[in-house]
Amino acid sequence: MASSSSMVKQEESTFETRLFAFQRKFAPYLFIAPFFILFFIFGFFPLLFSMYLSFQSWNPIQGLGAMEFVGFENYLWVFTDPDFYKSLYNTLWIGVVSSTAQHIVAIPLAFILVLRLKQLRHLFTAAYFVPFITSTVAIAIVFNTFFGTQYGVLNQGILAFSNSAPIEFLRASSWGSWLVAWVPEEPIRWLGRAKNIKPALAILVFWKYFGWNTVLYSAGLATIPKEYYDAAEIDGANALQRFRHISLPLLRPVIFFAISLSIIGSMQLFDEPFILAGSNPMGGINNAGMTVAMYLYREGFNYNQMGSAAATSWILFFVIGIMTAIQFAINGREGLDSRG
Amino acid sequence: MKRLIAVLAIGFLSITLSSAWAQTLTVSTFCSLCNSTRPLAEAYMEANPGVEIIVNELEYGDHHNNLVTALATGEGAPDVAAVEIGFISKFVADGGFEDLSQAPYNAGQYEELFADYAWAQGSTPDGRIITLPVDIAPGAMFYRHDRFEEVGVSVDDAIGSWDDLIAFGKEVTRDLDGDGNNDVFLIADAADVFEGMIRMGLEEGQGKYFDNEGNVLVNTERFHEAFRVAKEIRDAGLDAQIGAWSNEWYQAFKDGAVAVQFSGAWLEGSLRDWMAPDTAGLWGASNLPGGAYASWGGSFFGIPVAADDANKELAWDFIKFMVLNEESQLSAFDTIEAFPSLKSLKTDARMEEPSAFLNGQQARLLYADIIDNIAGTTTHPGDVIAAEIVGGALSQVLNEDRNIADALIDAERQITRQARRLR
Repeated sequence: MASSSSMVKQEESTFETRLFAFQRKFAPYLFIAPFFILFFIFGFFPLLFSMYLSFQSWNPIQGLGAMEFVGFENYLWVFTDPDFYKSLYNTLWIGVVSSTAQHIVAIPLAFILVLRLKQLRHLFTAAYFVPFITSTVAIAIVFNTFFGTQYGVLNQGILAFSNSAPIEFLRASSWGSWLVAWVPEEPIRWLGRAKNIKPALAILVFWKYFGWNTVLYSAGLATIPKEYYDAAEIDGANALQRFRHISLPLLRPVIFFAISLSIIGSMQLFDEPFILAGSNPMGGINNAGMTVAMYLYREGFNYNQMGSAAATSWILFFVIGIMTAIQFAINGREGLDSRG
Repeated sequence: MKRLIAVLAIGFLSITLSSAWAQTLTVSTFCSLCNSTRPLAEAYMEANPGVEIIVNELEYGDHHNNLVTALATGEGAPDVAAVEIGFISKFVADGGFEDLSQAPYNAGQYEELFADYAWAQGSTPDGRIITLPVDIAPGAMFYRHDRFEEVGVSVDDAIGSWDDLIAFGKEVTRDLDGDGNNDVFLIADAADVFEGMIRMGLEEGQGKYFDNEGNVLVNTERFHEAFRVAKEIRDAGLDAQIGAWSNEWYQAFKDGAVAVQFSGAWLEGSLRDWMAPDTAGLWGASNLPGGAYASWGGSFFGIPVAADDANKELAWDFIKFMVLNEESQLSAFDTIEAFPSLKSLKTDARMEEPSAFLNGQQARLLYADIIDNIAGTTTHPGDVIAAEIVGGALSQVLNEDRNIADALIDAERQITRQARRLR
């Protein structure tokens, strides 16, 4: 009797210890399971599925059963489609123009914010950051008015400048007319002319994202020890020299990071041109504002070619990969090492 | 415990009983067609106790995109789906909708009841019937009486030919308040003239962009002429350059800033109900210029293959109620000026009712006459794509002074390329 009860007790304790050991071993997995379950459903599965889809011909209206294996036909279609190259060119154009401007403005701006404005810095940073967190749809609608031909604020400003006394005076004089030849005399049709659509989009993208870069650079600058600046000041370096010889070199890792984000972001540009330049025709007149992501959307949802849309997304993935690799080769190794 | 079982049993029974009594049908529709679908669903429920109809209403674009998603995944497809003419070619491809020519639907027997062109639009060239037409949208020219009277031109003179319309346009387009900008224009968008002209003179077996054999018809005299006239209107500054379905567009109708607008009969209903209700009595309707007869819009109902099989019989019955029932069609006619697709209604007394919005004009007789003259046009799976490509070419010609011949050759090449991958 005694022995049997102790046996039961022993069994119980081994069961308990086993349970304890079991939960010690597996509880962590259980805790991180929600992420992995969600990731597999919404991240990993779509990734695999789009890869699979890029080798299929599929018109979604016909249902899932209508898929047909076509090998590399979708990739071939995209690579032989002049519109794809046009969209790639548009994307690169908008990306290069708006990103270059963003970084050229954001770095000195961050320098002034961090080293000159001190306390006010946070207020200004927050103000510059507002466009980044505002809904793209709202922004695009506001910019639609901003770019208006007859009553748009931008054209009103340009025309006021164009009709101002000094410009009028120069325009009237024989020697000054060439000086002001670039000043438009007519309202500019920002979204109604193919040649103006990309600049208009670049202005919007610049405005929306330079605040984000300013925040990145401010954070980067704030980590640079103040002693360096003090030492340079004692050595007689002026503000420009301190910026050029202390801030810029020490900021290189941040610059590398920010440029990488700009490359990825601008290659995936979609919402802004989709709403501002419109989707009929895609990207406005002559598809002048059609980015690769919009081309992809048109293939999938306007033309019902999910296969070539998936292929486009993978081509875009590799283009981004190559561009980031090039940027790493030029900027990265050195930039990331400069701190060491 | 016993009580729990009893409660559960009653609950279970009531669920099974109610599902046996009430059958639920989901109908997806877009607005403004929804304004006629809703009352019809209510009328049907009243006549058929035990049937519950849930009408899902969405905005035009969202409705059709949702429908594509539902068909793609086979999940969440409605039992009855509305399709607008602009999207019908998307669904012409195999598989999306039930072929209503087959049993148990056998819709082929009803063909004689409908206007020929509307029947053709809802079917495929190889004889499948994918939808039944509910609103057949005869194309007319809506115009402002006052704008014609001001310049002393009669409507009949202005619609003799497209060039006559331009001549009228040059008189009516002018600056009223002397600020140097024109306040009245012939038309909102030169592209509308193009839309009217490519609908003209279609022969049997031809659609707007493709013929029955799938040949691309874009690089033809019809398109060259339409591009030429649209360009002439744009270059002469006769259009307000306002796109359809924008706030500026509605404002232009309210202000009388455009003298004419081509559209389906449904525009009368939209102007009257929400676009410009205050302009009642100022409008009139006429034939399209140049002796053109065309359809402009149109709505259809079909049954998605992916819908619940158990509901398909009821879904078909509801479609027949909306489409084949004269009273239903007349109710849609009254609510949104959706022109009935049943031929038999053309002799109905209510066709002679004058329209208060159109200054007492018996416009319905005009619409009925237009319908008699519209030739059957065929639907091709590539219509949506072709429309987008040609629209792009037109915008280049209008805005960028691109050569018409080059633009059309280019458009033809692009459409041919896209059509190759349509199965």
